[in-house]
Amino acid sequence: MSDLTQRFIERIQGATAPLCIRGGGSKDWYGNAPRGEVLETRGHAGIISHEPSELVITARCGTPLAEIEAALAEKGQCLPFEPPRFSAESTIGGVVAAGLSGPRRASAGALRDYLLGVKLLDGRGHELVFGGQVMKNVAGYDVARLMAGSLGTLGLLLEVSLKVMPLPAACATLQLPMPQAEALERLKRWAGQPLPIVASCWQDGVLTLRLSGARAAVEAAKEKVGAGDTAPESFWDDLRDQRLPFFAAETLWRLSLPPTTPPLDLPGEQLIEWRGGLRWLKSDAPAETIRAAAASAGGHATLWRAPDELKQRVGAFAPLPAPLMMLHKNLKAVFDPRGIFNPGRLYADL
Amino acid sequence: MSHTLPSTDTPEVPDAARDALLHELSGILPPTSLITHAEELKPYECDGLTAYRQMPWLVALPENEAQVVAILRACHRHGVPVVARGAGTGLSGGATPVAGGVILSLAKLMHILAIDPQACTARVQPGVRNLAISEAAAPYGLYYAPDPSSQLACTIGGNVAENSGGVHCLKYGLTVHNILKLRIALIDGTVIEIGSDAFDSPGYDLLALLVGSEGMLAVVLEATVKLTPKPQAARVVMASFDDLTQAGNAVAEIIAAGIIPAGLEMMDKPATAAVEDFVHAGYDLSAEAILLAESDGTPEEVEEEIAAMQTVLEKAGARSLRVSQSEAERLTFWAGRKAAFPAVGRLTPDYLCMDGTIPRKHLAQVLTRIGELSERYGLSCANVFHAGDGNLHPLIMFDANVPDELERATAFGARILELSVDVGGTITGEHGVGIEKIGQMCVQFTPDELAAFHAVKAAFDPQGLLNPGKAVPTPRRCSEYRLTGTAR
Repeated sequence: MSDLTQRFIERIQGATAPLCIRGGGSKDWYGNAPRGEVLETRGHAGIISHEPSELVITARCGTPLAEIEAALAEKGQCLPFEPPRFSAESTIGGVVAAGLSGPRRASAGALRDYLLGVKLLDGRGHELVFGGQVMKNVAGYDVARLMAGSLGTLGLLLEVSLKVMPLPAACATLQLPMPQAEALERLKRWAGQPLPIVASCWQDGVLTLRLSGARAAVEAAKEKVGAGDTAPESFWDDLRDQRLPFFAAETLWRLSLPPTTPPLDLPGEQLIEWRGGLRWLKSDAPAETIRAAAASAGGHATLWRAPDELKQRVGAFAPLPAPLMMLHKNLKAVFDPRGIFNPGRLYADL
Repeated sequence: MSHTLPSTDTPEVPDAARDALLHELSGILPPTSLITHAEELKPYECDGLTAYRQMPWLVALPENEAQVVAILRACHRHGVPVVARGAGTGLSGGATPVAGGVILSLAKLMHILAIDPQACTARVQPGVRNLAISEAAAPYGLYYAPDPSSQLACTIGGNVAENSGGVHCLKYGLTVHNILKLRIALIDGTVIEIGSDAFDSPGYDLLALLVGSEGMLAVVLEATVKLTPKPQAARVVMASFDDLTQAGNAVAEIIAAGIIPAGLEMMDKPATAAVEDFVHAGYDLSAEAILLAESDGTPEEVEEEIAAMQTVLEKAGARSLRVSQSEAERLTFWAGRKAAFPAVGRLTPDYLCMDGTIPRKHLAQVLTRIGELSERYGLSCANVFHAGDGNLHPLIMFDANVPDELERATAFGARILELSVDVGGTITGEHGVGIEKIGQMCVQFTPDELAAFHAVKAAFDPQGLLNPGKAVPTPRRCSEYRLTGTAR
């Protein structure tokens, strides 16, 4: 455990040029290109408290995700939103700043749903605390959740508190061969039923389902979804951390869509998660075509991995309507009036 | 019964501007949708926090989105404050009028616009009642999970403003976890959609910021909510304890055993007595604490979990256990808990309902301290507790017609909230700050944090016209609070 708060404050207050807040660097490639002088947060590490019966863990930003997951597992708990681990260096501050969630997101909720509180340094170097360590807290605006996915553009996260949950009693993984359209149809039908389907993945003619919950519920559900081959549970770790061969692509799009969207008419190979709500696309189609298809379905497309030139040209994230961008700029000015935190990482104007 | 309201620090509006605004509003709304007579304004002078009253200048009751936007635009142009209001069931004074301001009632925007059983969503107008959503979704085997005890009357717009909870939050989340998308109007009439029918949206999570913002950032025009498949089965265990500490420990033991009950509620002896007299649910009147622990899911799952909870509760020293044997019995067990507020309301002319949330491990300590405060202030207090998520509702009983009882009740409540902050909790878990707890915000937050909240408001509403003077205290008010222990 070490406390580098004072050093961070001096760096922020003395900054005359942009700072690039960086934890383990496992997501340097995510979003638009990082720029500015690197401010390392890894040294500010350590779990501050974990009380299993309170279902909360509080840790400093530089604490490795692996350390947190190990501490939770020891007490039979987990982070149900399954943040991706792109390398062993991944820190909890980076996990919150990126706001990404894994395979169980459609059933368990997203990172932001589990974020209870943050301590941060704003662009003036002021230490601010929002939210807390309790499940329910409506005092003041929910600035803590606003930090989830803000990519470090609003402040330097010093500490985060997350709600944790017990590990499921039982899990099973089934694989059923079927074409995309049928998989989407079935997932749609199952969504409205009280079934313990916690994750789904369709790729290359195979639908993989993860069932989890009480032993009895998992057994009963196996019959309902239909006979299939069982597959190892490690499949979900490979999916979560994007180690499946599918993800080795030079250009990869992430389309977040209403889950009931029918199969997309876009060229390229797809991998579908979140019962249809998340569609990974390997495609060389023009960015405008892909973004327009996502928008017309009621979602948005992120340029996930791409050559620098393409990312610079079209931006990592779907453009925002003008009034929404105005609110973003106003909020950026509230927390980082000098514009020193991770400028351009999320949008050129922030 | 009435109390002086905190000043709002909004600029005076010249009479000529008022006349012009009234003229414009008459052009936007039919006469029946514009209330200006004192007699008809009376029902709007307070919300569920009846101890604080203020007559509004007028009440506007738009029937559609275009009218809402036109009203906001007109008020914005003339610099007149606007307070949005749903059913007025809020308990913290979030919808208490502002002197000289407009009440924007959204009660007539009460249409369920779409239910999509495959996407498990409903798109509704802000004036739709919480329970009406579940009723409309029932034919598809779905429901809207957050269930505040006012769910029969309260509206989704108000739920969004307050981030309302209920008795099933630990497993199913608060309003913020169950709202997918909002269509909002800013004070200048700009209409924006935030959130998405997809699982996320690009940019900042403005949805999280809007939910629980107490009507101070924007007005909700439409909400898309998540619907949850109705569990096939639900049963509840009722356990009685001789000792509050034991009951508190039992809660921790259930969670430590890896169980997340659908509901986990506690009542102390005075609360049990009040509700038993009201609903005759067969509660154990000699117990110091009663715990209700619900399991839902498939029948197999429920059997497994109920048995596990019984074992834990017995080990934790429960004096007696009853498991609901039928749906009717389950509802009876819950009836008392759900009726706790009205039941206490029968025992006393007035009551204040506190809403602190604490780390559960401090429960016994906090309840003991509340007992001491009850003696010190000479006022009775019954405690109901969302034990699963640490949200405590002490009900302070008083009679506002007895000189200084309201003052004593308010001071008693303030001490409870300060105590909640001291043990690492918060002054409000689900009812909101409003005007009721605005003084205690000075205890929970530093001047820098409060300044950030003011700046967030200004990012949406630079002139400070939407529900001004609520939720976030001015530095002046905090200095006053620190000197006197009261901000009013």
